[in-house]
Amino acid sequence: MPQSKVIAKDKFKSLLKNNMKVMVGGFMTDGTPEQLIDAMVESGVKNLTIICNDGGYPDRGVGKLIANGQVKTLIASHVGLNPNVAKLMNSGELEVQLVPQGTLAEIIRAKGAGLGGVLTPTGLGTLVQEGKDVITVSGKQYLLEKPLGADLALVDASYADNFGNGVNIGTTRNFNPLMAMAADLVVMGTYDVREPGTIDPSSVTIHGVLIDYIVKIEEV
Amino acid sequence: MDAKQIIVRRVAKELKNGDLVNLGIGLPTLVADYIPSDINVILQSENGMIGMGHIVDGEHDRNLTNAGGRTVTILPHGSCFDSAFSFALIRGGHVDVTVLGTLEVDQHGNIANYMIPGKMVPGMGGAMDLVTGSKKVIVVTTHTDKFGNSKILKQCSLPLTGMKCCDLIVTELAVMEVTTDGLKLLEIADNTTVDDVIAKTEAPLILAKQIGTFSAN
Repeated sequence: MPQSKVIAKDKFKSLLKNNMKVMVGGFMTDGTPEQLIDAMVESGVKNLTIICNDGGYPDRGVGKLIANGQVKTLIASHVGLNPNVAKLMNSGELEVQLVPQGTLAEIIRAKGAGLGGVLTPTGLGTLVQEGKDVITVSGKQYLLEKPLGADLALVDASYADNFGNGVNIGTTRNFNPLMAMAADLVVMGTYDVREPGTIDPSSVTIHGVLIDYIVKIEEV
Repeated sequence: MDAKQIIVRRVAKELKNGDLVNLGIGLPTLVADYIPSDINVILQSENGMIGMGHIVDGEHDRNLTNAGGRTVTILPHGSCFDSAFSFALIRGGHVDVTVLGTLEVDQHGNIANYMIPGKMVPGMGGAMDLVTGSKKVIVVTTHTDKFGNSKILKQCSLPLTGMKCCDLIVTELAVMEVTTDGLKLLEIADNTTVDDVIAKTEAPLILAKQIGTFSAN
């Protein structure tokens, strides 16, 4: 039987380094492992590149790292619900790279799936096209979007076994299964850690083989 | 009836039984309130759901939200999925209709709705994929801005969300189809005139042979 991957929050903090590229699952903080972000705030690591669907809210999700001045670059599709992002972007303290949401999902998936990139029609004729190759296939134009990986991915599961087989309930799935495939180190946060064999294998949305560590999140 | 209600009530008439529809956050969301009860329209939410129900106020179920982060219900036929699948549906042409708001729209069907350089940069979210992949793209907007300037332009000036991607524009005054020759005026509200609509529209309008009306009351 594989060993439990559950670690204490302090051990998680010891994995964090300055300048890391970190993927964070969730969509407007739905399906975001909030307490792993709290631990990153406590650790004080700096110069982070954060890859997330959105900029969260000023006091929730990756917004907490942004408010604490720990983020150098944010790669996201939408930052409109966190006014701090616009403020810090305009003052030059935060670099923001906007990526269409479907492209963001697919370039993360491409990294995790070992593909050299994605051909997508999304963004043709817009600012997104700048600096990218346009490739014609069967008479249709596509942008070549290159794979996107990270040093660390923080993913959320509604519940998981201690090997890391996780289930995302409802709309908490979003980017979590994709990011679990695309980073060198993958840490899962979940409120509910169960014994192996107690989760229906066919309902697993994040597969345990991809998970390095699990942090059991305390109910608040 | 206010402009927003007139617009969304008219847009609802565009939806057909069995359509898979994505409604943007804000004004487009209100279209759901006017879908006739005798047709079955299935709502897709790009954060990972088909069969979205209504926004639930006062409750806090973080397991079911819409693309604006609000708690919603899911209907009995609904299902949930990850973001790659969600956008495969969108890009792959499985979404029949997308309805979205805009900052600018023009006679070529160009849409600009995700940034005003130097002022406001909320980001495109899923909009670029939605306007690229949906079979029919409907833009909803008030006909003029708060200063009385036309929002139906000859040429968008803001960074584009999508190029030549809009199929139909619905305002509180008019329904306009984007054709290869330009904007075709199909209908006007029953409290205005064709001349009034032309006067309030920067883009040239091609008049349909028979211009219908829709209710503004």
